[in-house]
Amino acid sequence: MATAKFKIWRGDASGGEFKEYETELTEGMVVLDAVHQVQAEQAHDLAVRWNCKAGKCGSCSAEVNGQPKLLCMTRLGDLNTDEPITIEPIKAFPLMKDLVTDVSWNYEVKKRIRPFKPRAPDFEDGSWKMHQSDVDRVQEFRKCIECFLCQDVCHVLREHHMHDDFIGPRYLVYNAALEMHPLDTEDRREDLRKSQGIGLCNITKCCTKVCPESITITDNAIIPLKERVVDQAYDPLRKLVQLVTGRGK
Amino acid sequence: MDYSRHEHDVLVIGSGGAGLRAAIEASAAGASVGLVCKSLLGKAHTVMAEGGMAAALANVDERDKWETHFADTMRGGQYLNNWRMAEIHAKESPDRVHELEEWGAVFDRTKEGKILQRNFGGHAHPRLAHVGDRTGLEMIRTLQDHGVHRGFDDYQECTITRLLKDGDRVVGAFGYDRENGQLRVFHAGAVILATGGLGRAFKVTSNSWECTGDGHSLGYRAGAELIDMEFIQFHPTGMVWPPSVRGILVTEGVRGEGGALKNSEGRRFMFDDIPPLYTNQTADTPEEGWRYVIGDRDARRPAELLTRDHVARCIVREVKEGRGSPHGGVFLDIAWIKDKVPNGAEHIKRKLPAMYHQFKTLAGIDITEEPMEVGPTTHYAMGGLRVDADSQMTAVPGLFAAGECAAGLHGANRLGGNSLSDLVVFGKRAGEYAAAYVNENGRGTVSEAQIEDAHREAMAPLEREDQSGGAGPYAVQFELQDMMQEKVGIVREEKTLAEAVEDIAALARTAEGIGVMGDRNFNPGWHTALDLRHLLSNSEACARAALARKESRGAHSRIDFPEKDKEWGGFTVVLQQDSEGNMEVRRDPLPPVRGDLQKIIEEQG
Amino acid sequence: MASGTTSLPVRSSFGQTSRTDAWWLQPLVVAVFLLLAVIYLTWGAIQGEFYTFGNYLSPLYSPELFGDTPHALFGPRPGIWPSWLPWSPAFLILWAPGGFRVTCYYYRGAGYKALWLDPPNCAVGEPRGTYLGERSLPLILMNVHRFFLYFALLFVVILTYDSWRALWFLDPVTGQETFGLGVGTLVIALNAFLLGAYALSCHSLRHLVGGGLDVLFDKPVRRTALACVGCLNKRHMLFAWMSLVWVCFTDLYVRMLSMGIWTDWRIF
Repeated sequence: MATAKFKIWRGDASGGEFKEYETELTEGMVVLDAVHQVQAEQAHDLAVRWNCKAGKCGSCSAEVNGQPKLLCMTRLGDLNTDEPITIEPIKAFPLMKDLVTDVSWNYEVKKRIRPFKPRAPDFEDGSWKMHQSDVDRVQEFRKCIECFLCQDVCHVLREHHMHDDFIGPRYLVYNAALEMHPLDTEDRREDLRKSQGIGLCNITKCCTKVCPESITITDNAIIPLKERVVDQAYDPLRKLVQLVTGRGK
Repeated sequence: MDYSRHEHDVLVIGSGGAGLRAAIEASAAGASVGLVCKSLLGKAHTVMAEGGMAAALANVDERDKWETHFADTMRGGQYLNNWRMAEIHAKESPDRVHELEEWGAVFDRTKEGKILQRNFGGHAHPRLAHVGDRTGLEMIRTLQDHGVHRGFDDYQECTITRLLKDGDRVVGAFGYDRENGQLRVFHAGAVILATGGLGRAFKVTSNSWECTGDGHSLGYRAGAELIDMEFIQFHPTGMVWPPSVRGILVTEGVRGEGGALKNSEGRRFMFDDIPPLYTNQTADTPEEGWRYVIGDRDARRPAELLTRDHVARCIVREVKEGRGSPHGGVFLDIAWIKDKVPNGAEHIKRKLPAMYHQFKTLAGIDITEEPMEVGPTTHYAMGGLRVDADSQMTAVPGLFAAGECAAGLHGANRLGGNSLSDLVVFGKRAGEYAAAYVNENGRGTVSEAQIEDAHREAMAPLEREDQSGGAGPYAVQFELQDMMQEKVGIVREEKTLAEAVEDIAALARTAEGIGVMGDRNFNPGWHTALDLRHLLSNSEACARAALARKESRGAHSRIDFPEKDKEWGGFTVVLQQDSEGNMEVRRDPLPPVRGDLQKIIEEQG
Repeated sequence: MASGTTSLPVRSSFGQTSRTDAWWLQPLVVAVFLLLAVIYLTWGAIQGEFYTFGNYLSPLYSPELFGDTPHALFGPRPGIWPSWLPWSPAFLILWAPGGFRVTCYYYRGAGYKALWLDPPNCAVGEPRGTYLGERSLPLILMNVHRFFLYFALLFVVILTYDSWRALWFLDPVTGQETFGLGVGTLVIALNAFLLGAYALSCHSLRHLVGGGLDVLFDKPVRRTALACVGCLNKRHMLFAWMSLVWVCFTDLYVRMLSMGIWTDWRIF
């Protein structure tokens, strides 16, 4: 039976190291299977987060050979198993233990974003009229499984630790889903510009590349939001036109 | 002792659809609420639900109404359902769907701009509000995003090991943080269990690690009754290849969009065996079935959309008789509809994006070109805690249950799409009635002795010497799963069920002696050792109930009693802990269906 | 959950990564091509000569507001231009397409990465600890992109006109303009086309035609416009590169003709 070597990060807040484990390979195996096998056979206390093992919950985020990935959706067949495979925790958040990090900051950020505020219902039964062509865009953003891989790879958080000034790609996508929701009446542009730091994004598209749900984060969410912020703050011509014609929000 | 102590009016254990909805409702009623999540908030098993949420909105077919939904649910459950729950569910689901939209959910739309509904097994009309094939994600995210602004406290990655009582009444819970082993004592006037299913008791399952049936077992140990535990739904279509993904769900939506089940001879075998209850509603030919899929209102449902229990059994039969696929399943073909719809490949990708992605990534199969290989996978527990239909309270005062860990709505077999609506309909009710209960009864008191006892129990695996011979918690868990799959699986008989009960007892003894390595810091070995108790007690309940029910009905299928038994149709199997701590099995007669509802059932034929 | 921050002991330093692929290759290629293009365009703009060949006009010099060729709109170099300042007709206009490219969302991202190493590539350590982003000066000025878009759209019209002009050749015998087609015509027309594709796939344009609205169901024209621009936008990067390479080549082509090194081949 073929085997492969894995260098898995073992350690906690006080320190740690990469430990090497060797385990058997079977057909179609994903990296999470290998981690579980190591856990069951060699290291019962190896900490790893996972839930669905089907790419739907976004729990098993980690870095495989330096690339932010969902462990459950990374097939060993796609990696070079002749060399040891490096598995380490995501870097943008404090380490707890082994492959598990403290992602609570993300939940705090979400609370700061203005909630959905719909217009009055269109029908008596409390429902609305919305057309598929208008919700396609929002539905793309709502595919997000909150794996936080985009947060991990974003250099503003990962390298510069600007967690106080910047909400990260995940929450820009979240903002986009709310801002472009056909029923929503709230205006989040000022928050985006001031407290949420949309200007810190320098559109290098790493978030888009790592998204396991293939959400076009940069082009479809962040850039359109940047344009909406320009409408609100950096476009005197538009303001003038609005003043003259008396139109626009 | 290093406990952190928390005071709440209502403590909700479980943060999937039902738990979140209950927490939202209890908060809205003015109660202070604590929400315990076994994993991170928003990761609960609800995210896995794919197909949709059943509600008689009548957006696609205006003939649909709550009466039809009620009758479909009862028929699907082989009339073992709690008829009052089925009635409430059918009547309140539409409001719950609209409410989700009000909170920001974005369902797929009809041409007129209303919520689109899709076909699903056992539903007479297109009834499932959905978002592609990720409806569960949409629901949990909507509830989560709405909930975080409602002011309840969440305790993430926290596992509850025991309920705390004051006399007969439940007044709190004891648990620990998975992250660092911090012990927590919750003191609450009412506790709502919303812990989901127990699919992890089986080897091939669509359920995540969390689904160890904690609520079933916590409630049972606190004195509540378990019912219908013999009814485990094996979803007919799970992935079968490669081995590492065996069991991952393939949504019924594939069949709803026209997917055909075929054996190795290429025959659509589902048309060969249509149960009498459904002959009037099922298409005679694949051609009529297709017309139904594309909205011909005079056509009847394709045989692939029969109820899950039946489809699963037919697949097992095909495989057993040598007409299966190379890896022990059958073929599910959606690619064939490419000849029927313009731009077929794109149509499939748009309707079933997650399935396309799942097969492409995990199995290297393009479902717009090739058929999928599928086979049954453990999916849902119809059984659970017996609750009052209106209030969701168990027989234990102050203890409520909602969602999959509560029982009654689905009877012997759940219809697809009825689960998501179950979560919000009864999650809401549990929250509402729990808050009212606390208003009336206050919070009660918790004795320190109980807390210390719970503490000892939780720490035991870390503190005792290992007597399992190094088996470790994972090995015991794997052995249990293999055994349950084999002996309490889709097809059952007296002899193996009796063996299963003994095997469980033996495994329980081994589990008692497991000592785990490492410390309290995020230690999955320890967590698994504690979860094992729940798995073992739930497995025992399944096996004992299956042994008791001497007939085949719905999801429960016995080779020694292959037919439905009229007499058994009037009873439910109840499991309760006796004063010695043993599992007592008894059968309770079902209450007669209320006259007007009985009339609906008869009219809807 | 725990608070306080602890990072892995492996501190991120420049180029630090666990990536095993050739992560440096892609930014290196981008950097080389961007620099080559900037060098060539700057050199080409400074020359101030050899930018026309008969009815052909180099796009770096179009529109020629002031200059010494028949293409000049308002006559020769204005007298007020200080004599100590180098002169080229390109200086008067090149800021517009240049500004459009510099503030373009694609080039911004590519440039920050390949030229400024911020970051060098995804999940790779950076050379500098400080980071300002586009939130403050100077890079906050990138937000003016849409104004450059307005000019760029104007330039698309002008370059299209140049392509039309490139179809009319002066007959040296009769002195009449005759309709014809040279390789140069195709080169110039393709340049206009590619700049058009690049400008029409712009993110700002996508926003302005309808992306800024949440409900478009009742606005069929804008809905269609958004769909078209959105479709082109998916290939914005491709158009950005093709038009950049081609504008360099177009200038080179006209220059080589003008210098007599290459000969234009007349198709008819």
